[in-house]
Amino acid sequence: MHEMAVTEDILRIVKDYAERGGAARVTDIYLVIGELSSFVDDSIQFYFDLLTPNTIAAGATLHFERVKTRFRCRKCGQEFEPDGQDWRCPSCHALGGDVIAGKEFYVESIEIMS
Amino acid sequence: MSDNTPQSSRVPVVEQLLTANEEVAADNRAQFKSHGTKVVNIMASPGAGKTTLLMATIAAMSHRKLGVIEGDVASQVDADKIATTGTPVVQINTGGACHLDAPMIRRGMQVLPLEDLELVLVENVGNLICPVSFDLGQDVNVGLISVPEGHDKPYKYPAIFEAVDLVVVTKADLLPYLDFEVDTFRELVHGLNPKAPVLVVSAKTGEGMADWIAWLEEQLVDE
Repeated sequence: MHEMAVTEDILRIVKDYAERGGAARVTDIYLVIGELSSFVDDSIQFYFDLLTPNTIAAGATLHFERVKTRFRCRKCGQEFEPDGQDWRCPSCHALGGDVIAGKEFYVESIEIMS
Repeated sequence: MSDNTPQSSRVPVVEQLLTANEEVAADNRAQFKSHGTKVVNIMASPGAGKTTLLMATIAAMSHRKLGVIEGDVASQVDADKIATTGTPVVQINTGGACHLDAPMIRRGMQVLPLEDLELVLVENVGNLICPVSFDLGQDVNVGLISVPEGHDKPYKYPAIFEAVDLVVVTKADLLPYLDFEVDTFRELVHGLNPKAPVLVVSAKTGEGMADWIAWLEEQLVDE
């Protein structure tokens, strides 16, 4: 479990932007997490609830945008989502490809009340 | 337009998470480089044979000055084994964390005589998922997968196979007894990561060890 460290990092970034934005409190936090980045939503929420009382982000809602893994076929350039054990390009049937999405891991934006 | 009405507004952020770890990792990397020490981060499941491969590697590279950083949730077991060879070793207990991170390496590297070391082998915590997300300051990443784990692992844990510079199939002496299909495995790894060689090794019989040692030696050649 490393969601604790991640949640602390989320909180650090959120506090920084909230203070700079002159916020009285933060109501919503929008996160973008690729499915390859291996972080568990419920676990981040758990630590968030533990870490945020008495902070500017107390009671804020976490929104998780999960980004599906996408491959770009190295043979024909087709972009596609691998599905379980089906890693074949739908156009030319080559196996796998370069990962062009699915590794995202960032705070996209926050909603603040001033 | 009352001054007292709370205003709600959306603030764009777009800031990567775990950058604090990455900053420390970059600093570790610079420190290792200043000593001319190359660093290999070895990632695998628990029981994949990381320590056994390290012991065989130390024996085969006695002409090189090696150091080892051992990462485990608890215990000194692995470091004690490595220490019997006389190789400088530091054990890092993560205290429950599922991976090593850059600040842990920072503490560990201070204990090692870096100025004397050509190569530091880092044995990460046994786990195919979490270590991938944490840069340590290594030069290269190696993923180990043992024959009993099965050849379908790239489907289940794609991130690690995408992140590594080399894949080593360990416990190759078990291939005759199990259904691990090396060709299928290699095809899957290369589907994700065509640049990573796949070596098939048995630390027990010595099969493939020469290829593994040759790959490590290549990493020691200054670009």
